[in-house]
Amino acid sequence: MRIEGSAALVTGGSRGLGAALGRALAREGARVALVARGAPELESVAAGIRAAGGEAHALPGDVGDTRGTAALAGAAAALVGPIDILVHGASTLGIVPLRLLLDTDAAALERALAVNLVGPFRLTRAVAGGMVLRGRGLVVHVTSDVSVVAYPRWGAYGVSKAAFDHLARIWAAELDGTGVRFLSVDPGEMDTRMHAEAVPEADPASLPKPAAVAERIVRLIRDAETLASGARLEAATSAVAP
Amino acid sequence: MIPVTSPSRRAEERLLHLDPRAGLFRDASVAELPSMLHPADLVVVNDAATLPASLAAAAPGGQRVEVRLAGEARGGRWRAVVFGEGDWRTRTEDRPPPPTLRSGDALEFDGRLHATVIAVSPLSPRLVDVRFDAAGSALWSALYRLGRPIQYSHLEAGLALSDVQTAYASRPWAAELPSAGWPLTWDLLLGLKRRGIALAAVTHAAGLSSTGEAALDRVLPLPERFDIPARTVAAVTKARAAGGRVVAVGTSVVRALEGCAARRGGLAAGQGTTGLVVGPGFVPRVVDGLLTGFHEPGSSHLGLLRAFAPPPLLDAAYAHAAAAGYRGHEFGDSTIILAA
Repeated sequence: MRIEGSAALVTGGSRGLGAALGRALAREGARVALVARGAPELESVAAGIRAAGGEAHALPGDVGDTRGTAALAGAAAALVGPIDILVHGASTLGIVPLRLLLDTDAAALERALAVNLVGPFRLTRAVAGGMVLRGRGLVVHVTSDVSVVAYPRWGAYGVSKAAFDHLARIWAAELDGTGVRFLSVDPGEMDTRMHAEAVPEADPASLPKPAAVAERIVRLIRDAETLASGARLEAATSAVAP
Repeated sequence: MIPVTSPSRRAEERLLHLDPRAGLFRDASVAELPSMLHPADLVVVNDAATLPASLAAAAPGGQRVEVRLAGEARGGRWRAVVFGEGDWRTRTEDRPPPPTLRSGDALEFDGRLHATVIAVSPLSPRLVDVRFDAAGSALWSALYRLGRPIQYSHLEAGLALSDVQTAYASRPWAAELPSAGWPLTWDLLLGLKRRGIALAAVTHAAGLSSTGEAALDRVLPLPERFDIPARTVAAVTKARAAGGRVVAVGTSVVRALEGCAARRGGLAAGQGTTGLVVGPGFVPRVVDGLLTGFHEPGSSHLGLLRAFAPPPLLDAAYAHAAAAGYRGHEFGDSTIILAA
């Protein structure tokens, strides 16, 4: 997928991997629209990209908000043009500290599903039709190993990510041959606020930085036409994961 | 004709097929569309997303007004039609006129978004050009926060922004839903592709359907901007070379393709603005067939259809549709004018 001159929409763009992906895509010449809930942080990431000579626009919004999707998709397309690359980077653990399912209330699971599954579905649905008409597009699901390994205490997040991976596979099957592709990418553990919330005892210095992981994901985006649509990949090795 | 009272997208919608060459019409459904088309035919849609074009504002004297954005013009200007107080439950033509606006007047949308009137059209005191005091993501976030889609008094409930998007909406350029494409599901569109029928898009800034002022309604549509991608020009050329037909989904697609061809002597990729009025006697250079809704008597849309079907056939088909209970207005039933 040619990144230079493309229009990209990145959710979860105010910090961590989402912000790093926004910066990396802009550095490669994409026009980037960034979405996240925290307006000041988001604007500061966009301003940083512009200061470095890239194009970025901050669109504060919550991907879990049912009514906001058409607005986010519309505003993004107004600012950067029809979307070529959609990155679902936003996600929530659902509940912190992480708990056993027996101690997790249903609202936490519903919130995880709303942000990690239904919101991305809604946003892809708002964007992918135009991609099919143009015969070109890539949707990246940022996933996690919790989608394939049943770690105790990661229930709400893990269930939502497992469904999220399968969502990418079904999108890929339905839109096979249209030029619109899907990838699930597991970034691995990173030094992010989400990781600190989930695993407070971890030593941040021992973890890869989001910027380095973003560079690897950008390489996968560039090579997307050579990868099976719907595949689940590990960013660290670029290997197809189970 | 009966209006639809709530929106839903269904391929079983009724479709009245007019064959201008045979001089015949017949009842069909949108789901039959693939069987009416041949491999090598090309279907061209308008991929403009619908704007949250209706904004409540305070005029300089404090009077409440509704500002309907008709489209973005060059240099950060927006063309807008201003209505007096009231809401969508009142028919547009029954709404009170706005207070007199002058160049330099300020419109306040909320504490954070304002616009200045920079010109009042000689066509009507309610047709103005405005400039917002925000740009870029600040403007677009504000428009989407404050604006609603333009509403229709024939509907039972208010429309949300997601209710007025086609299945392939991309850039938000349309003041109102490019409604001809409304019944097209992706099941149907991918079915067309599987049969070898090509799909392509233009983006056309479909404007307002009604201004609340008879004199202004008579000059609709106002000039509208369009963008024709290079791949659409190539798809038209390819369809032509293979003996295929070009079927426009909506009058806005006709205006973009024919407006471009009339000005440049042929189809060319790129952006432009067209004030082309298509009517009886107009000979289309690009478009062979048209999928569209049912239009009001006397509207420019209905006039446009007369370039594709002889008036007696259209009149007979419309009389049949009315008698057979076809539904008009946005979200209504469809008609296709296409020679077999």
